[in-house]
Amino acid sequence: MDFTGKSIVSIRELDKDSFLKILVTSKEIKDGKYADCLRGKLLATLFFEPSTRTRLSFESAMRYMGGGVIGFAGTEYTSVKKGETLVDTIKTVSGYCDVIVIRHPVEGAARLASENAGVPVINAGDGANQHPTQTFLDLFTMNEIFSDLSTIRVGFLGDLKYGRAVHSLAYALSLYNTPLWFISPELLKMPEYLVEEIRENGSRIHEVENLEGLDEQLDILYVTRIQKERFGDMQEYEKVAGCFRITKSVVESLGENIKIMHPLPRVDEIDQEVDTLENAIYFKQAHNGIPVRQAVLGLVLGVLQ
Amino acid sequence: MKAYKVFAINEGTVIDHIPSTKALKVIDILGLENEGILTIGIGFSSEKMDKKDIIKIENKYLKKEETDKISLIAPNATINIIKNGELKEKRKIELPEEYINIVKCRNPNCITSVKDIKTKFKIVSRSPLILRCLYCERVIKAGEVEIL
Repeated sequence: MDFTGKSIVSIRELDKDSFLKILVTSKEIKDGKYADCLRGKLLATLFFEPSTRTRLSFESAMRYMGGGVIGFAGTEYTSVKKGETLVDTIKTVSGYCDVIVIRHPVEGAARLASENAGVPVINAGDGANQHPTQTFLDLFTMNEIFSDLSTIRVGFLGDLKYGRAVHSLAYALSLYNTPLWFISPELLKMPEYLVEEIRENGSRIHEVENLEGLDEQLDILYVTRIQKERFGDMQEYEKVAGCFRITKSVVESLGENIKIMHPLPRVDEIDQEVDTLENAIYFKQAHNGIPVRQAVLGLVLGVLQ
Repeated sequence: MKAYKVFAINEGTVIDHIPSTKALKVIDILGLENEGILTIGIGFSSEKMDKKDIIKIENKYLKKEETDKISLIAPNATINIIKNGELKEKRKIELPEEYINIVKCRNPNCITSVKDIKTKFKIVSRSPLILRCLYCERVIKAGEVEIL
């Protein structure tokens, strides 16, 4: 697939060849290739919703490649506060830059942006829907450790209802027919439409409510935060808040080779003592956001092929 | 001579076998409100269906891609193209590739629910019918479809 000029809005528009292209390019960048190749290019980061890792890693990625960055984090000092529409903001900003990265709390906002921008738009999260570059860095991290994505056994634990990182990644892994375990209380279950789609794509799915009986069953446990901000009813949130916690002893019970991933930020779902274990790879995962986002920027800007 | 309750037309399109009381919705979906003379019949007896509606649009020949837009509310409608008082073409309704501003997205946090944006749905499966919102990517099954 030629990414030049293309927007990256949803994992559903990509296939395994596209993922391979991104993974290979990311590896080359991590190994030191393509420094400064985006000199003269400008990225606009439009973050209508809080972010630490995604925004900063996109900005670092652009600067490491020699490019510049403009943008906003929060709409407090922008014309959005005056009532400017998303479409008008996008039409304006696309004249100021070569590529746009957008995060927005409303699902479909990135698609609408891509329809109205004259430059490529990269979705950095739209509500509970999609977060494709998180998926790329997750796949890259998995692929660094396990060379064959089709044979690894991945468990997703936590907020599978609202977690967009989980939705995008589970879909991507289903294209490799990766066996998947969805581990969550009833209230946070993976949406049925996604389970059906993932199953139809070829992944064997196991849905369970907790980690009991999963000793030595998984290669990766992908833990997620409960997305408090997406609950319409706080009483529902209180029912599930703190309902699972990964401690050293939980990790040990899952087997010595288990790898623990998390898209971060975490609240209290992974005990800090886990950080020191070899099994914990979530900070490595976060750091992989740089070469992966460098690859994405280079590819959509047509500088890398 | 057969007595017609709705006058025959010499030129134009006849949409027959519309489920009864859906005729006005069909006109709305097809944007025919200001398209010249329309004759509308509601609640006619029908051999094929219990009651049916019928619309006659004078001097306008609707194309297939236009009439397929009504497939969700009138899947068994028949389209008759009349030229010089004669039936020149008769066709059935088929599912189009996508529906633009016809189906309501059920997701309250979809951009089409929050802002005044036209909805767009792609067909994921024809049988059983499953549609996917192009924006929030949620799917809607046949029994859940709500027409705008």
